[in-house]
Amino acid sequence: MKSEPEKSINTKKEDRKASIMQTALKLFSTEGFYTTTMPVISKKLGMSVGNLYNYFSSKDELAKELMLYISSMLGEKLREINMSDKSVREKMDMIVKMYFTIARERPELIEYFLRVFLSNREIFTKECTGMVCVSDFVTELMLFFDDGVQSGVLKDQDFFSALGLFMGYLGGMVFLNGEEVLPHPLSDYESAIAENIYNALRKQ
Amino acid sequence: MKSRPKLLWLQGVTCNGNTHSFLNYPHLSYILETFEFLYHPLLPATYTLEEIASCTQQCDILIFEGAYDPRMMRAGARMETLVQHYGSSATTIIAAGSCASFGGMFKQSDPEYITGLGFDREIAKGPFAKSPKLINLSGCPIHPEWLGYTLRMIADNKVILIDEMHRPKELYAYLAHHGCTRNEYFEWKVDADQFGTKEGCLFYKQGCRGPMTHASCNKILWNDVSSKTRTGSPCFGCTEPDFPRTNMFETKTNMSIPQDVPLGISKRSYLTLTGIAKSFRIPRLEKRLIDDNT
Ligand code: SF4
Ligand code: SF4
Repeated sequence: MKSEPEKSINTKKEDRKASIMQTALKLFSTEGFYTTTMPVISKKLGMSVGNLYNYFSSKDELAKELMLYISSMLGEKLREINMSDKSVREKMDMIVKMYFTIARERPELIEYFLRVFLSNREIFTKECTGMVCVSDFVTELMLFFDDGVQSGVLKDQDFFSALGLFMGYLGGMVFLNGEEVLPHPLSDYESAIAENIYNALRKQ
Repeated sequence: MKSRPKLLWLQGVTCNGNTHSFLNYPHLSYILETFEFLYHPLLPATYTLEEIASCTQQCDILIFEGAYDPRMMRAGARMETLVQHYGSSATTIIAAGSCASFGGMFKQSDPEYITGLGFDREIAKGPFAKSPKLINLSGCPIHPEWLGYTLRMIADNKVILIDEMHRPKELYAYLAHHGCTRNEYFEWKVDADQFGTKEGCLFYKQGCRGPMTHASCNKILWNDVSSKTRTGSPCFGCTEPDFPRTNMFETKTNMSIPQDVPLGISKRSYLTLTGIAKSFRIPRLEKRLIDDNT
């Protein structure tokens, strides 16, 4: 068993790690991945670069941890929806709402996913190839689709054609919102978008 | 000389597949020496079917092949009468094959009346439902070694442990997937695109039920040489109560996601693992094992 002081050192280290991730996330999603160097991050945090490397052995490692964090956080929210006893149609509403709420309250999470993870695949080829860093989230989407087809509501089709429609649409709206192109707040579009996705995916 | 245990091989609604399969048992002569065959459809036996149908004999072991239809007639006797008479004297009743165990293929012809000896699919029903004497050796057909094992255990007075479907654990605690030569392809999710190749796993596209099927086909090989999956044909799950299923050469998927996942694993965990495993390209597993052109 760990002694008390050891435990608190660990918690402290975890807290510090979380604050590094939070700061890096903000910087990566606003300033871009390449311009945000380890020295830039450490400066923002008021810590030495050497010390920063004690927490993350490289910038790529930090980038990977961030993607894992986002995927597990989205995955967890999706899991709650999947486990609820709502209909497929209601779950669709809940997923769109959940995604847009995160985009509004913690835009850096979605920005990171769209602008760093999806746009700079070369950074992630080594450790985050394929589904490795997004599996929590993708697994839950698979379970949602699987349930939809099994219950006779959604049309059976290739997984990626459905995934592209779903995530492409949501991502596109968040992008337009970020570019301030949308005349109304994102939440105004939730129910129409959920309905469109539902109509596109349902069994005709 | 001590009298030999009396064995009776009776047939219900059957294609004779189990009778034929058992002829491939390499130690058949031992079985013929150890047991007295009161009647068998092909092998030398003491009595004719007509004599057996008169219900004047008693047996120690009743082997029943085929689905059970109480109304069926055999040499002028009703099946219900035959089974009751011989089943009551027998100390062990062996359902040989999936039809005798669960209804199997022949249940399809009259689903309302036809069952197995002690099960109707997975529900306990039939003349020996819940009987401790009943041993199910499901399979379509029966694996000769499985019946051989059971008879030798009986001859040696050994206890045969059975599972909840009355199948001997020694034979059915395994899955057909255990020992399949394609396990590494299964691990890394490399699929076979066609039948008959040495490479690739048959789970994703070809309908393989190996990971959901209680059977030791890849542990105790057929004819000591091979198994379905080793030759490149999917396992059809022939030992399970839901056999025969439809579209047996296809894996049922929903949006490319397999509807059934390996036994005892939650779909969530399975999909997580699969997604990750599929992310890696392993050229060694994508190549032919033996390339004729080099
Ligand atoms: S072919 Fe079937 S039994 Fe063999 S590894 Fe694949 S799933 Fe398992
Ligand atoms: S491999 Fe499967 S289908 Fe073939 S005999 Fe074994 S259990 Fe039956």
